[in-house]
Amino acid sequence: MPPKRLESGGFLSATRLIVVAGKGGVGKTTVTAVLARAAAATGMRVLVVELDGKPHLGTLVGDTPFLALSAPDALADYLQTHGLARVAKRLSSSGIIDVVATAAPGIDDIVVLGKLKQLELSGQYDLILVDGPAAGHAITFLLSARSLLDTVRAGPIRTQATEVLEMLGDPARCQVVLVTLPETTPVNELIDTAFTLEDRVGVQLGPVVVNGVDSGPLLAVTDRTDPALAAAANFRNSRRALHAAEIERLTELLALPQVHLPQVAAAGLEAHHIDTLAAGLR
Amino acid sequence: MSDLTEAVADATVVVCCGSGGVGKTTTAAALGLELAFQGRRVVVVTIDPARRLADALGLPDGLGNEPTRLPLPGPTGNGAADAEGGELWATMLDTAATFDGIVRANADTPEQAERILANRFYRNIAGALSGTQEYMAAERLLALHADPRFDVVVVDTPPSRHALDFLDAPGTLTRFLDHPLFRLLMLPTRRGLKVLNIAAQPVLRTIGKVVGGEVLADAIAFFQAFEGMETGFRQRADDVLALLQAPGTRFVLVASPRRDTVDEATFFAERLHESSLGVAALVVNRCTPDFGTPAVARARAEADLWANLDELAAMAAAERRQIAEFGPQVGDAPVAWVPLLPADVHDMTGLHQICALLFDATRAAG
Repeated sequence: MPPKRLESGGFLSATRLIVVAGKGGVGKTTVTAVLARAAAATGMRVLVVELDGKPHLGTLVGDTPFLALSAPDALADYLQTHGLARVAKRLSSSGIIDVVATAAPGIDDIVVLGKLKQLELSGQYDLILVDGPAAGHAITFLLSARSLLDTVRAGPIRTQATEVLEMLGDPARCQVVLVTLPETTPVNELIDTAFTLEDRVGVQLGPVVVNGVDSGPLLAVTDRTDPALAAAANFRNSRRALHAAEIERLTELLALPQVHLPQVAAAGLEAHHIDTLAAGLR
Repeated sequence: MSDLTEAVADATVVVCCGSGGVGKTTTAAALGLELAFQGRRVVVVTIDPARRLADALGLPDGLGNEPTRLPLPGPTGNGAADAEGGELWATMLDTAATFDGIVRANADTPEQAERILANRFYRNIAGALSGTQEYMAAERLLALHADPRFDVVVVDTPPSRHALDFLDAPGTLTRFLDHPLFRLLMLPTRRGLKVLNIAAQPVLRTIGKVVGGEVLADAIAFFQAFEGMETGFRQRADDVLALLQAPGTRFVLVASPRRDTVDEATFFAERLHESSLGVAALVVNRCTPDFGTPAVARARAEADLWANLDELAAMAAAERRQIAEFGPQVGDAPVAWVPLLPADVHDMTGLHQICALLFDATRAAG
């Protein structure tokens, strides 16, 4: 069965908030930037958000609006806008945010999700793309609303968690896009994450983005081919075969549409690479 | 003997650091295997809940908190494998079980330990306090270092947001204990106040408003139960820090030749330097191999093969430029280039191949 390929315009306009998640090293930041530029190129009002202290993302998305969001800022903001300005002042002045987050883990995550929810409801943007937290933290991050409902029985944080949960459960408002490389370990981990997110968070998964795909015709080598040329060709053929095999395995094991981004021959991506990849999606 | 072999030869602790997805776990396992080949009794600790070490070693049932001994592959004839007495063990950190163990060891009475272990606030800290995983990894390192079964401990650090968290780990708990709020929460027992009265303190009332009264009551109960255990915890934290700074401890940076992982590794190297610690070696995984120069002239019939070779050569050159940016941070430390492999490592034979590549490919930095 060939992998289902998808026109990006379809899923980018199907929801208002996309959280891009994936393990370290798979190119989550690249994918966030590419999806943002592809959406912006169709005339959508797009906001790109990063949560991980990687301001590098801001340099990849050109003139698309960019926001770096941190938990302490989000908490202060939340308290201010909910008539708790005095509490906010006291919390920040005594540096107690860490301890609050320790008392009820997930509070730092919930205020960030709460801020995203507020942006989503504001109607200012057609699509908000979030470069989600790295590695296994993505699951904890998205689960924070549900866990907090168990620990916090009253108060503004509970209200916030309830509202965030409503947003996560509505595919028209929020979806998660998982990113992987076409290699064995990343594909295995993506499948685990996909099932965990569906079972435990109840969030809609958008298409899987397979990043860095190397594809092309088989390079033919004979006995008389120069050894250097032959070694390079065999290396390339085996990489391409591995990528094709892993994509096929992903297709068999996970019933989600796929978007493929081609491998870029550069050690670090610049804004122009991102725009080329984004143009390839349309 | 390669430079990398020399860099870790007399180590008692090897800490592998780097960002996620660069092959840190496999590198830690390969370093462990090489040290075992040199006749040392090695334990590799992984903190990765994704079971990558178990996968890399071909252990379908995974690894537990107790070290498991692994069979060594046969000698290779490269000399290294001839050493007698080498052993390779592996273990996966169970954060919560390790934390529970420390609480039990430091509690004055079993009742105090049980009171803490049952507390919901404690369960939150043990499971989710940011830095707990790193702190417990450091704890485990200390325990394994003292274990007479092992000569050397190889640590695969958690895939945290920043590799730095591991270095900061010993300070996490003491900073927590030194926090004004902790002091406030400890105060009442000394004064003999009740939980209700404590919760009425202005700053706590503020916190209670945000997180809810029950969370606060749990927290207060935890700190009251914790009373008297501070000293033991502080001592542990000091011991861990001392071990990380000991001369037998080596830091091996693991990166891939891409800008983001190089940035992360550079940041870590600078941080090590600030703490007067050095980088023992740099391992660069996933490099595009060098295929050399063909002995034939370019021919139109082979245009696709030449284009492929040119593309790979350009990629390899870009990668080397990326790694060259490390220069000053790495100093004289050896750099090992490991080529991108056709497949992931999933058994001891594959690990053995990585080990050979890693130690044969070492060359001087720059």
